Amino acid sequence: MLFEPRAHPSAALRLLAPAGAVVAALALCAALIAWTGTGVGEAYALLFQGALGSRFALAETLTRATPLMLTGLAAAVAFRAKLWNIGAEGQLYAGALVAVILGGGMLDLPGWALLPAALLGGALAGSALLVGPTVLKTRLGVDEVVTTLLLNFIVLLFVSMMLEGPLKDPMGMGWPQSAPVLPEAELPRLLERSRLHAGLVLALVAAVALWIMNTRTTWGYEIKAVGANPAAAGFAGIPVNRVMLKVAVLSGGLAGLAGAAEIAGLRGYLTLDLSPGFGYSGIVVAMLAQLHPLGVIAASVFVAAVFVGADAMSRTVAVPNYIAEVLVAVSLLCVLVSSFLVRYRIRRSP
Amino acid sequence: MGEIADLLLSATFWAATLRIATPYILGTLGELVCERAGVLNLGIEGIMTLGALAGWMAVYQGAGLWTGVLVAALAGALLGLLHALLTVPLGLSQHVTGIGVTLLGTSLSYYVYRMALPQVSTPPTVEPFQPFAVPVLSDIPVIGPALFTQTPLTYAALAAVALVAWVLYRTPAGLAVRMVGENPAAAEAQGIDVTAVRVGAVVCGSALMAVGGAFLTLSAFNAFFFNMINGRGWICIALVVFASWRPGKALLGAVLFAAFDAFQLRLQQIVGPALPYQVFLMLPYLLSILALVVMSRRAAYPRALMIPFRKGERH
Repeated sequence: MLFEPRAHPSAALRLLAPAGAVVAALALCAALIAWTGTGVGEAYALLFQGALGSRFALAETLTRATPLMLTGLAAAVAFRAKLWNIGAEGQLYAGALVAVILGGGMLDLPGWALLPAALLGGALAGSALLVGPTVLKTRLGVDEVVTTLLLNFIVLLFVSMMLEGPLKDPMGMGWPQSAPVLPEAELPRLLERSRLHAGLVLALVAAVALWIMNTRTTWGYEIKAVGANPAAAGFAGIPVNRVMLKVAVLSGGLAGLAGAAEIAGLRGYLTLDLSPGFGYSGIVVAMLAQLHPLGVIAASVFVAAVFVGADAMSRTVAVPNYIAEVLVAVSLLCVLVSSFLVRYRIRRSP
Repeated sequence: MGEIADLLLSATFWAATLRIATPYILGTLGELVCERAGVLNLGIEGIMTLGALAGWMAVYQGAGLWTGVLVAALAGALLGLLHALLTVPLGLSQHVTGIGVTLLGTSLSYYVYRMALPQVSTPPTVEPFQPFAVPVLSDIPVIGPALFTQTPLTYAALAAVALVAWVLYRTPAGLAVRMVGENPAAAEAQGIDVTAVRVGAVVCGSALMAVGGAFLTLSAFNAFFFNMINGRGWICIALVVFASWRPGKALLGAVLFAAFDAFQLRLQQIVGPALPYQVFLMLPYLLSILALVVMSRRAAYPRALMIPFRKGERH
């Protein structure tokens, strides 16, 4: 068997490949669903119904997609520069922590400044958390995969320490949770009788802005060049380390914003279960989207729909809702294979 | 200070250290074998989770403990094969594939566990491996009880260090593994099938990792629960760098790390509520980062690590 590079994969192929991969993933996971004794068709119908079948379901899916869109963009922008930021989960919690502190009025800010301060502060906290590992990478050659991963654990423990210590809500009935943010620090609701909030608008704006950056600005070009070949980029006069740092600020900032927006838009207060792995799912979202910012919008809605739909399905039939995570993981692997098939065709050995 | 000195000289402390070190030894060795062949395996966290579940599940269904270990190794090898097929012949990004394998390994384990035990609040336990006192040797003061009254998987982990070192440095297969990790083009010119060696190394390494996971369910906690690997896999990846890709140093790193972990547990009891317990729990992760920073300066990576190789394609 030989793999022969395709010189110019057609646009149709590139668009159809991720869709085909998702279909393949659904087919593969059918075996796991069949094992439970539930009809596969019925299960997927319930999943679809629970994710997109009603106004309520749709609003829930979009609410869930909001942080995924931001962490997906965080991964997409970093991976494009081959900065392997696996730390979005920790950056998200760092952003949420700072947002809860600033939005709770610990600094004596005027009311109108609370929300911007919470969002911006959250984003900066995320940035700061990624800048460290990036400097270690560019200056000392320390692999950023491991450092960003380990920081996730450290940040979660730090948040836990804060929630049981200085930030503990005296009205929290002893639960480790922070006091809620002030009403002025809340993002407005987008839809009545739903949890959908303006964080979605922030995420959409971020996606479009990144797309414009990628395609229309020098920054976007530099990031792409550094990702493609750092040695060549450096030779061409691109300040590789500086570009990496910019990417780190952007990527960490987006993940931090995801945490801040969850606080300001949805939760109001911080607990240790703020994120069911949004940081890690963001990596999947970015890969499903082939690192394309506009693709991230679609991919995050897909992943959110799988999770929301699986929750709804598991309430009706005996399929554990962990099927969502399996489906997302299998989708990721299938998309990787499909991206290979776009770039190469398979030939029988001569 | 006297208390701490007593602690460091006590047999129970070192016995605990070796027990804590066992999954790290196996996981680090497994990752080391993969990386020596040029493949970064970020699937380790998922492979360890699947190993922990598969081993426990087999024993829970009535199989013997050693059969459980074998089942875990096979499950790990299978998941490793998936990672290998995606990264070696297809040459896909080892970072992203590894994350995918980790997500698949953990989510599949949780799904299967929930299917097997739909409504259980406390995880059921199995009869675990019992400590085995090596005759004569276990009578040596301090060292005896620390080193020679462990459960069989700990002895197996120590034996695995010697075995991996011997295979890597003293056998043609080991030479082939090291060559495809350093210079696959040269290896190919020597008639070595680069793809086969890399796939084989990743499969074997993943089996080792999975046994490391199975140690947790079959020797340490006797039960499977969610998040039980808890970052151990990622720490193994840091330990491989610390070990400069050498099995002996991997053992040293794992034991030092575990000693530190056992030490912070005792220190927590001594210092008590003066510091939040989270500070102590953070220390192992901080230590891993510190070790990476110190060791990365002179890290001699296998030169073909993370670089895909396709037969006949120019690089």
